[in-house]
Amino acid sequence: MEITLSPLSPSLSKTFFTSLYELADGERIRACLQCGTCSGICPFGYIMKFPPGKMIGALRADIFEQVMKTDSVWMCVSCNACSAFCPSDIPITAALMTRAKEEMLLAGNIPTELQAALENTQRYGNPMGESPRKRSDWTLGITPEVNILGKTRQPVDVLWFVGDYASYHSRMQAATKALVKILNALGVKFGILGPEENSDGDSQRLAGERGLFEMMAQKNGQAFKKYKFNEIITTDPHAFNALKNEYPALGISYPVKHYTQFLNERIEQIKPLLKKEIKARIAYHDPCYLGRVNNIFDEPRALLKAIPGVELVEMSHQGMNSLCCGGGGGGMWLDGFQWEKAHTRLSEWRVREAVAANADILAVACPYEPPRFEDAIKTIQTASQLKVRELAEVLAEAMDL
Amino acid sequence: MKIAVPVKFVPDLVEELTIDPSGAALDTSWLRLIINEFDDHAVEQAILLKERGGGQVTVMMTESDGADDFLFTAAAKGADQLVKLTGDFSSINNHALAHVYADLLKELQPDLVLTGVQAHNDIDGAVGPLLAELLGLPYVGYVAGLTVQGDKAVVRKEYSGGLVAEIEVKLPAVLGIQAAEQPPRYVAYSKIRQVMGTAKIEERPVAGLDLSGGTAVSRLFQPEAAERATMLEGGADEVADRLVAIFKEIGTL
Repeated sequence: MEITLSPLSPSLSKTFFTSLYELADGERIRACLQCGTCSGICPFGYIMKFPPGKMIGALRADIFEQVMKTDSVWMCVSCNACSAFCPSDIPITAALMTRAKEEMLLAGNIPTELQAALENTQRYGNPMGESPRKRSDWTLGITPEVNILGKTRQPVDVLWFVGDYASYHSRMQAATKALVKILNALGVKFGILGPEENSDGDSQRLAGERGLFEMMAQKNGQAFKKYKFNEIITTDPHAFNALKNEYPALGISYPVKHYTQFLNERIEQIKPLLKKEIKARIAYHDPCYLGRVNNIFDEPRALLKAIPGVELVEMSHQGMNSLCCGGGGGGMWLDGFQWEKAHTRLSEWRVREAVAANADILAVACPYEPPRFEDAIKTIQTASQLKVRELAEVLAEAMDL
Repeated sequence: MKIAVPVKFVPDLVEELTIDPSGAALDTSWLRLIINEFDDHAVEQAILLKERGGGQVTVMMTESDGADDFLFTAAAKGADQLVKLTGDFSSINNHALAHVYADLLKELQPDLVLTGVQAHNDIDGAVGPLLAELLGLPYVGYVAGLTVQGDKAVVRKEYSGGLVAEIEVKLPAVLGIQAAEQPPRYVAYSKIRQVMGTAKIEERPVAGLDLSGGTAVSRLFQPEAAERATMLEGGADEVADRLVAIFKEIGTL
């Protein structure tokens, strides 16, 4: 008779499994039915050696070290589709995938592209490695001058957390400036942190860098404390998610809204200002961390519908079943890595859906998206007529600003 | 095996560089410092050697903003000993830096000294060869990987045109690292934070600097637009004749 001795130390599968229990709803992982819904709905599940369902299977079979030998988890864009459709309500993205990435990162097993973004965040407070002193350079030349709280020290109603890409990315800056015009037209008394603002850290957290996320949160928390304001609005759904769902556990708690929510609350004030007709079929792309994760589906659509001439069309993936642009969970900084594995980009897939819906404009509300979708359009012949517009840009145009 | 890695910070080019009122130096009030990229590779190479064959890695640098963070990060990667030299280094050049490191290295007696082969602010030569001279040790620069066998190291030295030489060098020796065998690793911030609570940085005061042998900068300035270049058109002979004529005209021939 063969006798198998149990190992002296618990296996990786066991320690990993136990670490999940400590997370919110983490113990739900025990309720996995192995139905495979998660692996099927995962936009990259088809090329992962261990898609989420199989990862759980490997944990149960006590062979999780095999999962950690593959680079499956770096294909995860933290889009939360797996969690949203899991019949057992397992927090697959928030717990399983994020913890697995953390484990990979602690073992030093991390793609070089992602490493650069994390190092930049640590050093400069933004993933692109831009000078923190130039964070508010986009405001130069804007009249009336944008209120940078560190300079004016005036109390404001709204603190606008602009975010990394909206501050630095040359394409996104156009949308950022459009939002300034809208806020001014509505008479909103707002201010920004400028050089005192740091990355919200949420995508870094979802890429497995929890410690770095906490460092960013603390820096932002200290900056918030210095100024007087009633609420925070964000350009970036990831910042919105971090401030709403993650910062409070670190003792940083403020009322926060995504800018589309904030504007929709003022829709009656906006409607008479929508003087210019925009005759276009617009498909709205639900950002994962606005829609699926935080249930904000209607507000952005309501704003678009209010514009005279606009015909809102839906793409095949929409609402809860929206398709990620590919930028989440570190995907923004894994473009080469993921391309090598998949030979396609989720942004290209999405642009094809917009073309199939006969859209003239693909409207977006997340700063990762304009550059991602515009790049995708360049590679898809049938998409040459499609325009990508940030929602604020469309609104500002309709308001003739 | 004892491996010492003397490193230095250089101006971070993410920020605009400005020249101070003296007109001969960078304005340090706005300067942000970053690890010299080649030194970062030297740290990585030292840790790779330690992981492969055991040993003790000592990382040393002069004090400045960010020095502690860099040293703790090195410890999180695997460095065993962290040394911070304290004093006034505002006027330092590479000659003086080499003296400062040489004094410390004479005491440490390492088997191997790894340092970045160059830095973008080396105006009086790279630190490695200066250090080797002061310590009376052999030096090999542009090293991209090595193996240690007993009291010898076989180093891979890069030449232009894609040539690589394998050179045997007797230890102790100083090596100028061009690239580690793998890119410098990433350490999770939580690990660095952990190390901050446990690792110790030894502070070593430096009394004075020996700047002799260094260069004196007479003027530092942004590139200035000069007159436009003239393009010479025509066949090779024609252009060569014209060139000779121009050189004669301006008195260089």
